Formats: sequence, structure tokens, C-alpha cells
Amino acid sequence: MATPLRREDVAKVAKLARLSLSEAELDEFTAQLAQVLEHANDIAALDLEGVVPTAHPFGLINVVREDVLRASLSRDEVLAMAPDAQDGRFAVPRIMGEAP
Amino acid sequence: MTTRDGWEMVVGLEVHTELKTTTKMFCGCANEFGSEPNTNVCPVCLGLPGSLPVLNVRAVDLAMAIGFALHSTIAFSTFHRKNYFYPDMPKDFQISQYDLPINSGGYLDLPDGSRVTIERAHLEEDTGKSTHLGGSGRIHGADRSLVDYNRSGVPLVEIVSGPDIRSSAQARAYASELRGILIATGASDGRMEEGSMRIDANVSVRKPGDPLGTRCEIKNLNSLRSLQRAIDYEAQRQIELIEGGATVRQETRHWDEILGQTSTMRTKEEAEDYRYFREPDLVDLVPDEAWQDRIRAGLGKMPAEHRTELLARLKNPSPMQLEALDVVVNLGIDYLVIAALDAEKDPSLVLARAANTVASGIQNIQNLTTEAFVTAISMEQSGELSATQTNTVLLELLESGGDPKRIAADRGFEQLSSDSLGATVAALIIEHPDEWARYRDGDEKLAQFFIGQVMKITKGQANGKAVIAELQSRR
Amino acid sequence: MRTALDIARDVRSGATTAENEMMTSLAAIRARNEELNVFLFIDEEGALDAARRVDERVTSGDDAGVLAGVPIALKDNLCTTGVPTTAGSKILKGWRPPYSATVVDRVLGAGAVPMGKTNMDEFAMGSSTETSAYGPTRNPLDVERVPGGSSGGSASAVAADMTPLSLGSDTGGSIRQPAALCGLVGVKPTYGLVSRYGLIAFASSLDQIGPFAKNVADAAALLEVIAGHDPMDSTSLPEPSPSLLLHVNDGVAGKRVALVRELFDGADDEVVAEVERAASALRDAGATIVELSVPELHLGLSAYYLIAPAEASSNLARYDGVRYGLRVDAEDVAAMNEATRTAGFGAEVKRRIMLGTYALSAGYYDAYYGQALKVRTQLIDAFRRAYLEADLLLGATAPSVAFAIGEKTADPMSMYLSDVFTIPTNLAGDAAISVPFGTGQSGLPIGVQLLGPGRSEAQLFAAARVLELADGRS
Repeated sequence: MATPLRREDVAKVAKLARLSLSEAELDEFTAQLAQVLEHANDIAALDLEGVVPTAHPFGLINVVREDVLRASLSRDEVLAMAPDAQDGRFAVPRIMGEAP
Repeated sequence: MTTRDGWEMVVGLEVHTELKTTTKMFCGCANEFGSEPNTNVCPVCLGLPGSLPVLNVRAVDLAMAIGFALHSTIAFSTFHRKNYFYPDMPKDFQISQYDLPINSGGYLDLPDGSRVTIERAHLEEDTGKSTHLGGSGRIHGADRSLVDYNRSGVPLVEIVSGPDIRSSAQARAYASELRGILIATGASDGRMEEGSMRIDANVSVRKPGDPLGTRCEIKNLNSLRSLQRAIDYEAQRQIELIEGGATVRQETRHWDEILGQTSTMRTKEEAEDYRYFREPDLVDLVPDEAWQDRIRAGLGKMPAEHRTELLARLKNPSPMQLEALDVVVNLGIDYLVIAALDAEKDPSLVLARAANTVASGIQNIQNLTTEAFVTAISMEQSGELSATQTNTVLLELLESGGDPKRIAADRGFEQLSSDSLGATVAALIIEHPDEWARYRDGDEKLAQFFIGQVMKITKGQANGKAVIAELQSRR
Repeated sequence: MRTALDIARDVRSGATTAENEMMTSLAAIRARNEELNVFLFIDEEGALDAARRVDERVTSGDDAGVLAGVPIALKDNLCTTGVPTTAGSKILKGWRPPYSATVVDRVLGAGAVPMGKTNMDEFAMGSSTETSAYGPTRNPLDVERVPGGSSGGSASAVAADMTPLSLGSDTGGSIRQPAALCGLVGVKPTYGLVSRYGLIAFASSLDQIGPFAKNVADAAALLEVIAGHDPMDSTSLPEPSPSLLLHVNDGVAGKRVALVRELFDGADDEVVAEVERAASALRDAGATIVELSVPELHLGLSAYYLIAPAEASSNLARYDGVRYGLRVDAEDVAAMNEATRTAGFGAEVKRRIMLGTYALSAGYYDAYYGQALKVRTQLIDAFRRAYLEADLLLGATAPSVAFAIGEKTADPMSMYLSDVFTIPTNLAGDAAISVPFGTGQSGLPIGVQLLGPGRSEAQLFAAARVLELADGRS
């Protein structure tokens, strides 16, 4: 049985998902998510030892493509979508840490 | 091997290698280094809404080839999503293999006879590349960053060794041998300077017999030299910490090549929660016997076999010859050496030309035929060409192919045998020390003076270019 | 309004032109779009272009396609080259994709004329089309009520006679439930039957694109056009499009249909009454009706509300302000990501992203997401056993007729419960159809749901056709 959802869990999850919540939103979301998870506890409580999990509805295997070139997009088209671009690249504010 | 004061280092390596496919892992964009930024991109590798990945069969073939070369077990495998935010990762998750990798287990035997176990070798996709503006041009202190997604989605295999390595030299030998294997399987070009092979090192220290110490992971080592230096530095840092009464903190560290130091990137507490789960847009990979057999049958000889074969042709090899042997085997050009040795050429000469001149033009190796290489060596050995001239001929062969005799003729090398041209030039230098000093200091006009003198002595039989080459080789 | 197949026949014979049909559709859209908020973008130029190309094909004697000149509405989560595609979200406001979804290319290839992009719950997360960043869509049959969702815009387009056909997507009932609430035929095809390439993902292992139409034959014709293998989607079934239209009148004689208690338990009495009447109609047409209980279906809702948000939390990570769509500037890139996502996503999307992130996070994975995947296995096994007893299953599509705008927005759980009968099919990857059958006391339509195993579409259409006839529809 999973432990009940706490306010700090929601705050932690929001940070992981790159969302910022006001204090009021934090309260509201905690209450709403707790309600959904309470409903989900009916399955959390089941004894499903030995049951194989299903991630895909169908068991297709080995779907591959040949190593053959296809046309790429034009750079103008690509950068036209960008909120900010410079020197043929997407521009972003400074990156604070290196990739994990 | 133990380091000073009886400390032992324990090292495991994670080697990321880009696979030499025509297209990316999940889309038909070119897998190409050095293109204009954001020109090899499409909805899939840009992670545009609605796009879906389709696995490149060649990436699977090459991953399996690596697995066979490392004596791994190839099995049922799946893809997962590794979730974290980073601007060079267009979907903000990386498609990678997690609990069921395509290759598990295995080992790699090193030339010194030691064996390093392989834990796994799995498929994953590469990220884009950021450049940093302002500040020092490095990530820290930059004002703004620019992202190029050409590399995004390039297929990678990550090869994870067991914690079996006990010295930085062994780590280097492992990486070098692995590089040779990657080249031999055709999986990679092994070009560390272009980032096609990147290494993370897990380092800890202990007293022999003690349980494993706390490890630190050094990220993104881009050359064998950095690998060796970083491991030595890190092991020493940990020893000093412990000897000073402190403890080692488990963390990820960054190697600074200029300062020659590692520094904290992220502590264990700051580690990401990657929320791995099965990639629902891809299906399971179940290479059947026929597929595996086809890959196994296509595998050529691995560096160890090449080394043995080559070694068998050398009598009492000198240390220099052995070093050159490693280079040619790792670059996969030992076939040139073997052909020349079978033609009874001088081993030291053959190895030197292959390990130096040919190695420097390795990116165009397809232009150099075995026959041309052997001919060029013959010409040098018979005195038809000087050392410098042979190098020039070999480099031209690598650049644009052709017949060494013709190249030598076009350059006028054969008009006067190089030994005699070399001797003439050497004599002139001694006779005209002032002119030589001025030429050596950069006065190019003096070249004409020497050419004139040579022409007078040889009655016009010498070639100006050859004279200049001789002069330059002595500069 | 004429059926899609009528229009295509007349366009191909030269009795009318595609341009003419397109203009009629455009007039109908203009007449009511402001009131109903059905289309987020009316692609007048693109539609005229497509219509003229169809007319040229007719004039030059080329095959103009089975949907020649038929106006069609596209849910706004289907990428269309150069045409704004927002998925009902502010975070994609103004984004014009550089490529089209496979289904869009296929309907164009069949001669259909896309009129524009329809409103939807933001990223298809909702059951009423009220979570759209661009305001709710109203039900054309009663403008104070919701059309259902998330494909509410596509349902309303057909219900308001703006277009005879539309495309929606169904992750947990997002085609069938609005079809029921708007009096339409709506199909959730077998997972993998229709390519998802170019469908903006909500939950990848559950999403399927499917048709809305006024009648069974039109829906079958449209599904036939969009189905069939696509090499751009690794989960696409490796077979050509099935023959569906040909079997619409096959009937149900000799078929076994199971009335499944869990598929109408808790529905309003007037809905249950229609389900029972549908069972009689099928029996009258020669089917054998059996009663069945499949208790595992009760677990579907909980499993769904862990699996779908988990996948969504990952699918929606890419909306980070770097490459396209909204950016809210900030000091550093992480702060920019956060500011952008906070401003760009609505409350329901945030709720589900957080729920999914939580279900996947360290320490909770096994209890929630991992457990939900096992329940999914049990559900699939339960369906498999049920299909040993019967060819098709029968139940309700939604627990009630269309509800009032604003009625359930304050209580997410009550909204989630409106998908309770439709969700199990998505988890199993099977096929289901909602067909209008009778009305409630308010005069609003009721939908009954027929469920079949994977690749049973032809049987489902045949059974739905029996109900359509029994209910006095042509």
C-alpha cells in the first residue's frame, strides 16, 4: 500500500516536471491528486506477484528500417519555428549545468 | 598494480561510441560529422510533436557485431526512455536500453594478457551539441548558448566494463584495444578527436583486499591521454583525501584538460530521477538465430588476432617496433605491413611508414592500395626515394590514390635518386652556411639560390620541388 | 445533409464539384463557428486548393478518390504542413508544422477536402473539450451542454452539419464518448491499425486516430482510407487496410454478443434502457445474446489514470521553449523551461503531468506504474476470455447524455469517471464503436458501445449497422 500523497511530494514532482506552482495551487493539486491516487490504491493493493507487465498492447517485434537517407528539413524551415536563433542554431539563455 | 603507499585504484570505464551508419538511429537524416548546423535534422530527430522513431537496422547489426567481438550474450532487448531536461536533447528524454540491453556480459583481453570483463554494451541515441557565448566560451559564465541538432539521434553503443582495471595505463590499454575492436567490426571510425568515442571513468581507491571504496565518475574524457591523466589525478585526490582523514563523496566530476584537474559537477544528492520506462513508440528487439549468424559470419579478425599474426613475422621486435605494431593494429592497417613484410621489406622501415605517415592520413585509407604501399616502400629501400620523398608519395597516395612510380616521376623524384640529391643538398648547405641560415630563418628567396646550385652540379637533372622538399626536410 | 459517400459519388460523376461542396461546408462553418467554437483554424485557402485539385482530377478523367470532394474536419492534434496546429494548448499557439500526419496525407490522397482544425481538450486530456486553451466547444444539439471530449470539436463539426466527416483521436474514449454525446458514429480502431505518425502524442501506447460520421457506412469508408501499414510508425500493424465498407451489411446472424454488466453498471437508467433495447435489436437480427460479467474491467480506470499520465509526462517534456512554440524568457535555461511550461500548460495538463511524473518516480514506480502495467495484462486476459464466450461485447459508451458546460470542471475525478466504459478497450488495444441508439428524456442522443477483439472492425461495423437500421436511421 502506497503512502498518502503529501504536499512536499507534489512540490518535488512539480520541480522534476519543470512546473512552478503557487501556494494555493500546491494545496489544490495535492488534494486533487490525492483523490486520484486514493482511487489508484485499489490496484496498488492487489497481489500481482508473477503477473507479467504489459507495456505494449501488441507483441510486434523487430520493426526496423533500412539504413537509407531521407530528405532532411531545410534549415530555414527549422529555424523559422525557433523562439530565438543565431548563426544557424537555436539560441537559449545560459545553461547552468552540464548534461547528466 | 598498487600505487604509492600501498593504495590500489579500482577503475571501470563506460565507453560511448558513435556507430558508423549512413543515417541516424531513428530517422533517415545523415549521420555526418562537420555539416552546417541544423542541416541534418527532420521532425523525428528534432522531436517535433507527432514524430515517431523507427529503428535503423544497421545500428542493430553493428551493436551485435560489437557484442560478438566482446564475447557478449546477445538477447531479447527493449528500449526505455531516460527522462531529464536538457536543451540539447530535443524530446527531453533519451531513448536508451535499460534493464534488457542487446549485449550482456563478455570480456576483453588486453595485449599484456590481463582480462577486463564487460557488463553490457547497449544501444542509445546521441544528443545535439551546445556552444556557449560570452564568458570564456565554456559552459560556466556563458551568457547564452546555441544548439545544433545535427548530432541528435546519432546511434551510440555504450560499453560498460566491470571494475576490473587497476591502473591508468591499463585503462588506456583497454580503451585503445576497444577502439581497435570498434574499428575492426566496422562499428566506428574511433575518432576520439571528433567525439565519436567518449569515455566516462568510474574511479575509487582502496587498500588491496579491502572492500570497494566510494567511487567518483569522471565524465566525457575525449582522448586516451586525458583518460590516463584524469584517472591518475582522481586516484591521487582520493588517496590524499583519505590520508588527510576525510572521506570521498560519491559524485560526478568534470575533467579540466588545461588545469589537469577534476572538479565536482554533481553530488549524489543532486542526481536526477530519470523515471525510466519502456519506450512505447518502439517494439521489442529479438534478434533470431539467422540474424545473429549473419552478423557473426560477417565479422573479420579482431586486433588480438592481427597482433598475433603480425608478431609472428617479426624476429626479436624492438620496443619501437612493438609500439608501431600496436598503432597499425589498432588502426586496422596491419594488412599493409603484412603485405610489405611478405615482400621481404625491412620491418623497421615498413612499421615506421605505416605507423606514422599512413596513420596521419588514415581518414583517406581507402585511397591507398596495398600494392602502392609496398611499391613505395620498395622504392625507399632501394634508394630510389628519400625518406622525405616516400612520405610525400604516401601522403599523395592517401590524398588521391594512384601509382607511386608515376607520382615520383611527376614530382621529379626519380630524375635523381634521392640519396644522391640529398647528399648534394647536404654538401651545399655546408658550403653556404650564411645562405642556409637565412633560408632557415624564413627567407624563401634563398630556395632559388640552392636550386640553381643543384642544377649546376647535376646539369639540370634535379627537380626543383624535390630540392625544396630536401631543403625543408633539413630546415 | 447528404452523406459523405453521396457527395463523393456526385463529385466523381460530375453532378457537383468539390469546390461547390467546399463552399457549402464553409458557409455552414461560418454560420455557427462563433457560437459553437468548433474550428480553431478555418483553412479556407488550403480547402479551396484541395477542392480544385479534386475537380481537376475529375475533369481529366483520373480517379478522384473514394472521398472525392468530401469536406472533412481535422482534430487539432493532427499535424498539417504549414497550417497552425496547437493541440488545444497555448504552448503551441501559432506553431505551423513542417510536415503532415500520415492520416492527413491519406485523406487528401482519397480526395477529401480538409476544412480546418477543430477544438479539443488541451493535449486531448479531458472528456468535455472544456480544457482547451481556446475556450470550450458547445454541443450543437444543446449549446448549454458539452459535446464530450477530448475530440469535441470534431464531433461538433459533424453534428452541426459543417462537414460530413471528421477525424478525432481516442486515448480513453475521446472519439466514442463525444460521438455518443453528439449522436454520431465514432470508432476507436484496433491499436496499430491507423498510423500515429503526426498525431501529437498524449499516451503513446493508448492513442489511436479514428473517424466520426453521421452513419456507419461513412465511418467505415473513412477508416478504410486512413488504415493500413505505415513504415513511419513502428507500432503500425504490418498489413494493408482491411475491407470494411464491403461488410457493412453483413448483419449479425449467428453472432454471439455479450451484454457485459461492467460496461453499463452505474450508467443512468435511460442509458441502461437503451443498451438493453440494443441487445433486443441484435437478437431480433439473429444474434445470440449472452450475459457476462468481467470484473477486471472495474480496474481499468485506475490503471488508465496511472499509465496515460505516466506516458504523457514524458511525451510533453519536449514543450520546453527551446525549439518551437511558446517561450517565456528567464535568466537561465532551466528557469526558462519552467516559466514557459507554467504559462503554457493549463491546469488539467499540469495535473496529469504531475500525476504521471509521480507514478514513475523513484520509490513509487512499483506501487503505481509497475502495478498498472500488470493490471493491464490482467485486463487483456479478461477480454481474451470474454471473446471465447462471445464475438462482440455490448455496453454503454458514456454513463449519461451530454452534461452541462461547467458541471464537472471543478471535480477532476467526476470527469475521469465519464470514461469508465471506454477506457478498457484502449488498455487492451482492441477495437470499439459507438453508435447512436435512442434518446434520453431531454431529447439528447444516447450512444451504445460495441467492443470487439483486435482487427474486428468489419464485424463491429456490421453490428452497428444493424442497430442503426433498428433505430430508424437510414
